[in-house]
Formats: sequence, structure tokens, C-alpha cells
Amino acid sequence: METLERIIAEHPFFSGLDYGFVNLMVSCASNVRFKGGSYILKEGDPANTFYLVRAGKVAVEVLAPQHKPIIVSTLGVGEILGWSWLLPPFQWKFHARAVEDTRAVALDGKCLRSKCEENHDLGYEILKRFAQIMEQRLEATRLQLLDVYSVKR
Amino acid sequence: MTITTTIETMTSQPYLVRSVDKETPDTFTLTLKPESGANGTLFQPGQFSMLWVFGVGELPISISGQPFQMDCLVYTVRSVGQATHALVSRKAGDGIGVRGPFGTGWPIDKARGRDVIIVAGGIGLAPLRPVIYHVLGNRKQYGRLVVLYGSRSPRDLLYRKELSSWARQPDTHVLVTVDYGGLSWRGHVGVVTTLFKYARLQPEKSVAMVCGPEIMMRFVARELEMLGLKRDDVYISMERNMKCAVGFCGHCQYGPHFICKDGPIFPYEQLRPLLEKYEL
Repeated sequence: METLERIIAEHPFFSGLDYGFVNLMVSCASNVRFKGGSYILKEGDPANTFYLVRAGKVAVEVLAPQHKPIIVSTLGVGEILGWSWLLPPFQWKFHARAVEDTRAVALDGKCLRSKCEENHDLGYEILKRFAQIMEQRLEATRLQLLDVYSVKR
Repeated sequence: MTITTTIETMTSQPYLVRSVDKETPDTFTLTLKPESGANGTLFQPGQFSMLWVFGVGELPISISGQPFQMDCLVYTVRSVGQATHALVSRKAGDGIGVRGPFGTGWPIDKARGRDVIIVAGGIGLAPLRPVIYHVLGNRKQYGRLVVLYGSRSPRDLLYRKELSSWARQPDTHVLVTVDYGGLSWRGHVGVVTTLFKYARLQPEKSVAMVCGPEIMMRFVARELEMLGLKRDDVYISMERNMKCAVGFCGHCQYGPHFICKDGPIFPYEQLRPLLEKYEL
């Protein structure tokens, strides 16, 4: 059976992370499962967790008035769900729903925030990694907004 | 080029529409057969023909059918203007003039013995479909086949049944994504570049062939380069307003190149400086 320590150390998001930091992360981590169709997080709720997706698929949704929710992206194996735990006001900005049965490692954001405050080297490592994810998703969102396949462009 | 070959290339051959199949609400696949009943023309995957809708106009359209199917030519056309609308409105038995095939093909010889990465956006899958047929028809000559396909929405996906059947082939990985997905869509949502992380590419032994809107191709080529593919192992298909199709008229000039004659398929390395030029 895979230990949390090994799962975290081998996850691409934490690739190259100092072993001591991995141990700190493990103390804030737990395994979680979500049934297909269930909501993992909801817009406006307190954001105190983030997830490393290990199996399954998650849809990030925006609520639209008089419409069904709009899926803006999906996240699969090896991806990170949620960064609102890192920045005030620590509230989710979107809904996230398990499209299929999904397994993940949940990391306690409150626990991690306090560890990052105590150890700024850890804080910097975490911020660098999240900044890269944010940059990739911002670029993808810009490309998505260009609507390149539309005839009307 | 001699005067004889010029006349030949500028003269349309009469073809008849065998069938018109609806792919999406605005995109149709036309199958044409020579009016004479003789065999059709051999072509290289990636080449295009000039299709003449009598009384309306002539259009450059990539060939999207089987390269080894001799009795017909297949084209997938998106109806976006008067001429394309007239083309897709043809009925079985109607006449169409065909010139070609023209242009350079995808690097299927260079890709032999290596993994083939196909990255398509929107109708860009059509010019790449003959490569997929070729690789699947000569399976032992190629490594892994990876098809990454992005579309605007689920209803805009081309060749849905074929995508599923390709995914079942050995050593073939097909991933599809849409920019906008409804709640009933259970596949990926996001731009085509977001699929790379699921594809387990082996950049050092791969050749990539990319076709789609120019912005998308630029983003894809940049991402492939970041993943470790050499620029001269990435090929893109360009589109400009083509008229003569043989490099005489200059309509499709792109920097020092004529897209119709020197392309439409180019190594990314060759076009990169032009792709980054303002308003070119």
C-alpha cells in the first residue's frame, strides 16, 4: 500500500521538494474519495483545503444565472485542485464537482498556512509551485477566451 | 515548369459528388469520384485540391480521406461563406471541378520509426486524418500514435465515431478536449495544450504534426518545444488566400514563401520568425 509520504513525494507538483518539507506536508494530508456527481467544494464556502487528484476527474464550474453551471475546465490525474486556501479571504471562487469517482490527497490549508508562516523556506517553495500552476492556467484561460475555433473571429 | 504542366495544373478535372455527410451543424464531408469512372488521384497526406463550384468560385480544400483509396477523393468542409456554403450544398450526382493535388505533405517518411504526435484544433483534424489512416495502415513502421484534439464544444467535434475507434487501436492514445462543455459532457474541458500532461510523450523520439487556427498552433508549438521536442521535429499547416495553387499569382505569399507551393506544411523552425511578426 502506498504511504501518503510516498504519494506526496512522487506527485509532479512536489517534484524535487526537500524531504523534510515532504514530512511537514504529510502531517497536514489525508486520503479522500468523492463519488461521481458529488461536489468537492462550492463557491463562497471557506477554502481551507487543496487536493492532489490521484484518480478520476474533477470539473471546475461557474454558476450562471438562468443557466446550468458552465464547466470552465476539468482536472485529471496528477493535477492540483484549489488555491483559494492560500490567499485571503480564503473562500472558494468556483464549484468543483467529481465527474466520476475520484480519489485525492487532501491537504489541510490552515495547517499548511501556519507551517508556511513558521518556515518561510517552505512558504516560498509552496508559493513558487502554485505560481507556476496559476501561470499555466492563466495562459490556458486566455487562449480559451480567444475562442479560436469560432467563425466570427 | 513547362507550359504543358502549367496548363494541366490550371485545368480542372470533372468529378461527381458521390455523397455529402454532415459531421457537425456547419461542417460536411464530401466524397467525389471522377466523372470518367477512372481511378482518382494519388495524394500525400496534407496536400490540398482546388475545388471549383461551377458559377460560384474555386476553393483550396485539404484532402481528408484515405491516401490509399484510389476510387474517390474526400474533403471535409466548414460552411463559412458563399463558396463553401455552395460546396456543401451540392447533392449526389452534381459536378465539381477538381485541380490538384497541390502542396507539400506531412513528414510521414521522417516520422517512420518514431512516435507520431498529432495535435489538431477544430477543422484542423481534417488535413491530419490521412496521416492517422497512414500510420494505422502501416502500424509496424511507426511508434506510438498520440492524437490530441481540441474543439470549441462537443457538438463541433469531427469524426466522433472514428476518434473512438482510433482510441481502441494498439499503441494509440486519443485525447479529446473542448473549450466549452455542458454538464452532459464527461470528457476534458480546456484548451488543447492542457492535454499534453496526460499524453506521456517521449519528445526525443517523436515527430509532431499540428493543424488548427494559427494562434493555437503557435501555443502548441511553444509547449512542445518546452516539453523537449526539437523545433525541426514540429510541423504545422498554414492557410492563406490561395488562387492559382502553383505559386504564380502571389495571393498566398507569406514572407518569402508561397503557402500553396512551398507549403501548406512547413517545419515550425522555418516559419517561427514569421509567426511572431506583427500583422503578417
